[in-house]
Amino acid sequence: MTFLHSPRVIRTGVSKFKSAPLSAKFGISIIILYMLTALFAPHLAPYGEAEIVATPFEPWSAQFWLGTDNLGRDMFTRLVFGARNTLGIALVTTVLAFSLGCSAGLAAATFGGWTDQLLSRLVDVLMSIPQLIFALLLLSIFGTSIPTLIVVIAVLDSTRVFRLTRAVAINVAVLDYVEAARLRGEGPIWIMTREILPNIAPTLIAEFGLRFCFVFLLISGLSFLGLGIQPPTADWGSMVRDSATLITYGDVTPLLPAGAIALLAVAINLVVDWFLHWASGLKED
Amino acid sequence: MESIAKIIGQRVAFGALTLWIVSLIIFAGVQLLPGDIATELLGQSATPETVAALRKSLGLDIPAYLRYFDWLRSILQGNFGTALANGRDIAELIEPRLFNTLLLAASAAVISVPLALIGGIVSALYRNTFIDRAINVVTLASISFPEFFVAYILILFLAVNAGILPSLSDVDQSTSALGRLTAMALPALTLAVVVLAHMLRMTRTSIVNLLGNQYIETARLKGLPEWRVLVRHALPNALGPIATVIVLNLAYLITGVVVVEVVFVYPGLGQLIVDSVQKRDIPVVQACSLIFAATYVLLNLTADVLSIVMNPRLMRPK
Repeated sequence: MTFLHSPRVIRTGVSKFKSAPLSAKFGISIIILYMLTALFAPHLAPYGEAEIVATPFEPWSAQFWLGTDNLGRDMFTRLVFGARNTLGIALVTTVLAFSLGCSAGLAAATFGGWTDQLLSRLVDVLMSIPQLIFALLLLSIFGTSIPTLIVVIAVLDSTRVFRLTRAVAINVAVLDYVEAARLRGEGPIWIMTREILPNIAPTLIAEFGLRFCFVFLLISGLSFLGLGIQPPTADWGSMVRDSATLITYGDVTPLLPAGAIALLAVAINLVVDWFLHWASGLKED
Repeated sequence: MESIAKIIGQRVAFGALTLWIVSLIIFAGVQLLPGDIATELLGQSATPETVAALRKSLGLDIPAYLRYFDWLRSILQGNFGTALANGRDIAELIEPRLFNTLLLAASAAVISVPLALIGGIVSALYRNTFIDRAINVVTLASISFPEFFVAYILILFLAVNAGILPSLSDVDQSTSALGRLTAMALPALTLAVVVLAHMLRMTRTSIVNLLGNQYIETARLKGLPEWRVLVRHALPNALGPIATVIVLNLAYLITGVVVVEVVFVYPGLGQLIVDSVQKRDIPVVQACSLIFAATYVLLNLTADVLSIVMNPRLMRPK
């Protein structure tokens, strides 16, 4: 259905983009740039992802634009593939965290009573341990592989999604039209997805941006610690770790993957700020 | 005053309950290991006899709930057992590192809290001017930066280009107090930058939110200068939320400290937990996570209690 209207959607999208403040335009452009890099990584990169092409720590040159890393792999190639791996894994994790957190949050708000109590207390307990420490504990128990990493972070992060979803959904669940749907005899699934969900969607979309940012930073942090995405998969966090020694010689190469992480995080924050402002219907003051 | 004691008592009881459940989770996590810790330790070459012998020496032949109470009792007595990797006593391993970590977190707090308060007041004083916008952009950026990015930028400018501070902080017992202070400067500064932004924004917001009140209008009409209105009239009322945010950010330091210690090779608890996760030295990971989690729970509890104590309406019941 959505695709039938796509020219109109694109046109409204373009007009929204034009009316956006400069900061949001900047953020959106950065995000699109990252997405394109991630999608077309094999076509953009001059070498293979884990291909050893020269001696370790070559300086910047015409052949190796950003030099080579500690094993002699092309830095620019790794940076491009890193976009694909880091973003892909963070996106899968966030989507999983949202499916878990949203369904639990909606269920808690719709059913109330025992379901709500049980889920809320469970989340309270999970949130009482700092997230990074909890992740470290679980990774030491289950080992560090990409599927484990995704599941562990998604479960830990879904607690935050649950809290927010429950809080906003509970306000909607008591409104008249939800009561009307209940009296009409609609099932809980209908009430959750057709009555409550559309009304809390803007909050959730903004939260998705922020959660993605957070998950992405957490995974990069873990990879930097050597406990996240494992070699030879190219990833920005571990690239910083591998090339870190260069910084003591005044070489800025280690800052590039770190900067790539930071720039995306800033871009997402800018867009979310604008989106919240726009969705809340506030005027510029 | 009776009701307030009751509320605080409830919070403390809830904190104790949380701590107990946390200990249960940390203990139970290890029971989830596929196989058990004995087979995990011995690896592929294990014969059933050696596994049985190790299980007995680790006490795994006793039922789990009895082991849990044993474990909890010895931890309450300060005995964390021995590390799997080198057989050293964990309490001995942790003690100097815990001190280092607390020292680092405390220095970061000493740098960041006054800066956050002053920055927030300045930002509120010059709100919607160039200064405010500049502070806003800088804080928004530093909220989004990963800790290691801030750390390497500081290393590049302060250690490599300017050469003022060392980029490694591998202190030990023999390091002098001054040497310790210079070695700790960069990690403390990094942590301060990371937590500063959030506290500063919160200070600004709490003050600006109060400016619509009538007593602020009165103070202005009396002809007080704007900074005096903010500092003497608005700030005292904003202190409650600000104090809560500060304590919550100190709790955040607990997580931030892990990455920063690894960057600067600072011998603290964070580095120990990362090393132990890599070696899968589970008793050490358990002990460290328990300490981190306990500090976190205690700080959150402090934030809760502070927000009650600093609310005059709760303190003076009608």
